[in-house]
Amino acid sequence: MVPPLRSSEDAPGTYGEGAPPTGADLLRLDDVNVRFGDRQVLRDVAFAIEPGQFVGLIGSNGAGKTTLLRVILGLQRPTSGAVHLAAGHELGGAGRPRRAPLVGYVPQKVMLDPDLPLRARDVVALGIDGRRPGIGLPSRSRLALVDRLLEQVSATRFADSRVGELSGGEQQRVLIAHALIGRPRLLLLDEPLANLDLNAGQDVVNLLARLAHEQQIAILLSAHEMNPLLPVMDRVVYLAGGRAVSGRTDEVIRTDVLSGLYGRPVEVLEVQGRVLVVAGLETPDLPVVSAGARATR
Amino acid sequence: MFTGFMVNTWIVASIVALIAGVVGSFVVMRGTAFAAHAIPQGAFAGAALAGLIGVDTILGLGVFSVIAALGIGWLGRRGRHDVAVALSLVVLLALGSLFLSWNTDYEPEIFSLLFGEVLGISSDQVAPTVVLAVVTIALMVVLFRPLLFSSVLPEVAEATGLSTRAMDLIFLIVLALATSMTLPVVGALLIFSLMIGPPAAARSVTANPMTALGISVVLSLVTVWVSIALAYQWNLPVGFFVGTISALWYAVGRAWLAWTRRRRRVAGDDVAEVTVQAAPLGRCRR
Repeated sequence: MVPPLRSSEDAPGTYGEGAPPTGADLLRLDDVNVRFGDRQVLRDVAFAIEPGQFVGLIGSNGAGKTTLLRVILGLQRPTSGAVHLAAGHELGGAGRPRRAPLVGYVPQKVMLDPDLPLRARDVVALGIDGRRPGIGLPSRSRLALVDRLLEQVSATRFADSRVGELSGGEQQRVLIAHALIGRPRLLLLDEPLANLDLNAGQDVVNLLARLAHEQQIAILLSAHEMNPLLPVMDRVVYLAGGRAVSGRTDEVIRTDVLSGLYGRPVEVLEVQGRVLVVAGLETPDLPVVSAGARATR
Repeated sequence: MFTGFMVNTWIVASIVALIAGVVGSFVVMRGTAFAAHAIPQGAFAGAALAGLIGVDTILGLGVFSVIAALGIGWLGRRGRHDVAVALSLVVLLALGSLFLSWNTDYEPEIFSLLFGEVLGISSDQVAPTVVLAVVTIALMVVLFRPLLFSSVLPEVAEATGLSTRAMDLIFLIVLALATSMTLPVVGALLIFSLMIGPPAAARSVTANPMTALGISVVLSLVTVWVSIALAYQWNLPVGFFVGTISALWYAVGRAWLAWTRRRRRVAGDDVAEVTVQAAPLGRCRR
């Protein structure tokens, strides 16, 4: 399912989406700019996500992936531009960002104390009403709901284990269950594969693809390595230097499009079933830009 | 041991143990043990000042521990939390020494503020302790889930609209309240041990947060009761017993945890061996 690698004469950059509000969009970003001091982190980022879509947010370290996710979550206000969430849940723009109940979030690299007196099921239960005051007395329906979520992410086996002692992949599942228990329609994951070995990473990707397909939950997953995602991604948002192009993978992962995005010649190569983005041949002194956008600067 | 003035001691000390066991669980979970050490130092300076200008000690304790909490919260926002805590600690301790040097009759007073004076709790100390305890417990009940959430998954909690900073500050204030009531009993230098030892031991023996809280309270109560009895019996400082027994709980808890983990690892190794044999050779590098 590797996208066909074509080269065309089309002008690059035309795949950055405009703002055609289709009404079916779950999330739409309109020309989002974020500036920290004199550093422009995001530049006119615009794309949209529909229900049930699996979207990869691809870019090397420092490309602005985490900032973009924070903007969508309302944790970072855009300098200009707007984030539209379905059903009028507007974030950003003027005023304090409102929280978005239809968005679930799995942050990057959660550091859990191995001695923490908390079981996997307690972490999942915090997703129901962790922000509400009070102790939260256990009830049969709550317990059943937690059990169901744990089963959905295949975490029943370690439901009663100390969460800090679980492996990276197991913790990832618990956090996904935590995020899902609030019944979000969009799930944001920041580099969920970064600390996992290949097999554990593939398991998480398959789990997410199943959720997107079966429950129509849209997934926006950031990664610096796109190859594990190629079989399941419906769309890709490719970030480089704060700019983004988005579209189907075969529309975006192309020599002409990415050269336009990077502002210098890069080449998309297919090597043994893997897609590599490398610096163009006419400038051999440039380092490899990325293996699936891995290396930075 | 259970008559006359000692009745007040048992009542107040039990309340103190209850509070330390509950608040301490979150101190350990949030990794704010250092702040739990620093705030009592601030409170100590307040008590010294109160003695100097002739107002109620508990007022000085309350005001200064809240000031210390707010100071740590405010400074911690701008720089590293541990550095802010360390600086607050040093400045307040310095102030305490200044106030004490101006005070003429301080010797037994300073000793009890630093190391606790459990055996002479007067009946007018009971009422303020009960009031502070009720307020502290009420706050902990209300804050329980949000505090747990923001301690464990700060980023996710923030994304749902729960401000980490606000939780930080509120918890420091709860800590300050707990400090002002526990300090006269166990002393500024030893509150810390009562707030850390029992909860740290409790979390070693269970992964269930509510069970851990319960065990922490029980251990804390036992610590205080045994300490008072031994201090009364042998006429030794109660703080000595509180400190050593708390540390003892911790040692026992860690030993238990290490033992169970080792046992599990031995069991896990058998499984791992089978897996390695079954795995294709290419994967077995390393």
